[in-house]
Amino acid sequence: MRHSNLFFLAVFILGCGGDAPESGLQTPHAAAPAELSPDQLEHGIGPISSLTLAAVDPALAERGHTSFEMKCMSCHRLDERYVGPPLGDVTVRRSPQFIMNMILNPQEMSERHPEIRALVAEYMLVMPQQNLDQSEARAILEYLRSPSQ
Amino acid sequence: MQSGRILGASLVAATVVLGACGGGGMDGVHADAAQAVYVPPGEHDEFYAFLSGGFNGQISAYGLPSGRLLRIVPVFSQHAENGWGYSEETKAMLETSWGFIPWDDAHHPQLSRTNGVADGRWIFINANNTPRVARIDLSTFETDEILEIPNSAGNHASPFLTANTEYLIASTRFSVPIPQRDVPIAEYRDNFRGTISFIRADRPGAMDVAFQIVVPGYNYDLSHAGKGPSHGWAFLTTYNTEQAHTLLELNASRRDKDFVAAVNWQRAEACIAEGRGQATPTRYRHNHMNSETRIAESVERRSVLVLDPANCSDMMYFLPTPKSPHGVDVDPSGEYIVAGGKLATVIPVHSFSRMLEAIANQRFDTVIQGIPVLNYEAVIAGEVENPGLGPLHTEFDGRGNAYTTAFLSSEIVKWRLGTWDVVDRIPVYYSVGHLMIPGGDGTEPWGRYLLALNKITKDRYLPTGPELAHAAQLIDITGDRMRLLLDFPTVGEPHYGQAIPADRIVARQRQIYRLDENQHPEATLSEARTRVERRGNRIHVFMTTIRSHFAPDNIEGIRVGDTVYFHITNLEQDWDIPHGFAMMGATNSELLLMPGETRTLLWTPTRVGVYPFYCTDFCSALHQEMQGYVRVSARGADVPLRWGTGGELRSR
Repeated sequence: MRHSNLFFLAVFILGCGGDAPESGLQTPHAAAPAELSPDQLEHGIGPISSLTLAAVDPALAERGHTSFEMKCMSCHRLDERYVGPPLGDVTVRRSPQFIMNMILNPQEMSERHPEIRALVAEYMLVMPQQNLDQSEARAILEYLRSPSQ
Repeated sequence: MQSGRILGASLVAATVVLGACGGGGMDGVHADAAQAVYVPPGEHDEFYAFLSGGFNGQISAYGLPSGRLLRIVPVFSQHAENGWGYSEETKAMLETSWGFIPWDDAHHPQLSRTNGVADGRWIFINANNTPRVARIDLSTFETDEILEIPNSAGNHASPFLTANTEYLIASTRFSVPIPQRDVPIAEYRDNFRGTISFIRADRPGAMDVAFQIVVPGYNYDLSHAGKGPSHGWAFLTTYNTEQAHTLLELNASRRDKDFVAAVNWQRAEACIAEGRGQATPTRYRHNHMNSETRIAESVERRSVLVLDPANCSDMMYFLPTPKSPHGVDVDPSGEYIVAGGKLATVIPVHSFSRMLEAIANQRFDTVIQGIPVLNYEAVIAGEVENPGLGPLHTEFDGRGNAYTTAFLSSEIVKWRLGTWDVVDRIPVYYSVGHLMIPGGDGTEPWGRYLLALNKITKDRYLPTGPELAHAAQLIDITGDRMRLLLDFPTVGEPHYGQAIPADRIVARQRQIYRLDENQHPEATLSEARTRVERRGNRIHVFMTTIRSHFAPDNIEGIRVGDTVYFHITNLEQDWDIPHGFAMMGATNSELLLMPGETRTLLWTPTRVGVYPFYCTDFCSALHQEMQGYVRVSARGADVPLRWGTGGELRSR
């Protein structure tokens, strides 16, 4: 069958070589942090490369508030450390792209970005992938940057 | 470690060689069998195989060719692994007109089909003991709908689907008084009848008995629908045309021939449309998982349409068939109807076109209760000689070959359609019942493999005391000779099975339940809304889970005598992140919550104290921290109802 060569190859490698090759099927495994570009270090790793912000849109912020309550606030409070870091001042600390990339791509951010790796070590938890789409992530960003939050 | 790996590989090779050369007549095991079934880690099987669990009442999904168990899908039995039939949301799925039934016996999985080809939408299966049929949604692998069948007993010839899933056909194995009444068993002939039910199957949530045909008091054993030219017909085997009611092993084996019943269901539809069915009072249950709330609803139905063949001419015929036929299988062309006469020395094959001719020419030997009995010589296409002892079931590879199981001689016999010549045979271990070829009961078999579904295991695996797993054996049917590839233990009895190319199922998989689509009335869609409410003696806990805590995780103010409902919503939205919930002393079960799902556990605290609950599904590095406490006070105590997570307890 089509797997026959693979079978013997695998046995040979396991038997003689020691380290089995990672399948790498599901998740990109940790690469050296040094590989990140200055842009990735500042804006994170993920689908958001550039973003222009206008004045806060209250309706969008309200939608973001709803999503935040459903999918984020189990672990994040605004003004205190909870399961994860407080987020009240996150828009001061991070770029808008960084925030959205962290929401959309937490697994890779946790593995590759040195500052998030440090947070994982501190909080002992990788931020869950909550399957938000870009428009939801954008709305949460609006909520986090709105003065009413 | 390294030498162990090499040794392991050598052992496999040595075993295979031994098997091929010396292993006590293990004909057909080849040196490359291990490679033929090897699916490397991380790669997927080519086929999903769905095997019934027989007496466990469930379906198990396996990968082929590896034989790896993928999942047990709970259907007719409570399932401790995920709380099926224990959680408040799922209990109603096991309701019947007799009340809650925690365990049944399931035999025949049937994949939904379009133009006679499995399409991967749903799989159906029967409950034998308390007659029911179930529909499982293959996007979630969850049982969505269960329909009880009235006027039935021993729902064995069930569920067999028509070519476009229009109907699911289900018949009584045991004839019984219809309607049920108090009569002497010895008056069987006068009072006992069978039924053939046609169940509307292609409308999710609306399964119902469209009509039932009341038939002579025989045992109705198995069924298959026609296809191609025979689409519109259904074929069923009968035995015990002797109408014995005691010691059937002798008394139901006296006649030289019983019958294959041929039912023109399109003609039956016409008779029903003309108002010839009779609305008959009865009671049966329809249970359905509401897709928005994901709470099962059970509704009683009180009437069924019954059709008497005497009131619908040209609808039903009997084809004489040797010696208590068991299986009845229609070849991919729809022309040949193969009956496995379990006590016969040949396999009789009827011709659909000859049957139509015989009907047109009125080649009737007699008429029984309005049902003409056709002349055997007028309908037979051929007889397979020397087919093994105890032929039961036949499937097809789409290349002109048929494969029949022989129970008594424990073998699979391969023969040619048209010439009826036996061309190959292979022993199986042991006592094979059904066999399954992917698509082998449809119009376009995928072929490649044959799975023998065996009743007796004996010495095939390391022994496990008196009770052994049953077995399935995978056979390569691509060449002229069948080749035994793999032998694997199964969950329960692999009574019958269905298989389908994996991509037809993979493409429709659901990974999570979306929180923003969760319409469960007790869902808690944000940790901000978690709370505890007292309504008299009933306590409702609205709880959430996420890696790695419960909210609330401290609860006080519950009293002995209260009834506590934990309504728990898993706020995760990532694939394969379930959480579990176990409450110490709960006499019910645990819960397992898929991402975005709400499930409810009922708990009646009986002892004063403080008791823990915790997550049972290893969810994260801090899984062992995922826990909480409930304080239980004495009856009438004035401890206020308060709850919280990570801070002061609150009361609102």
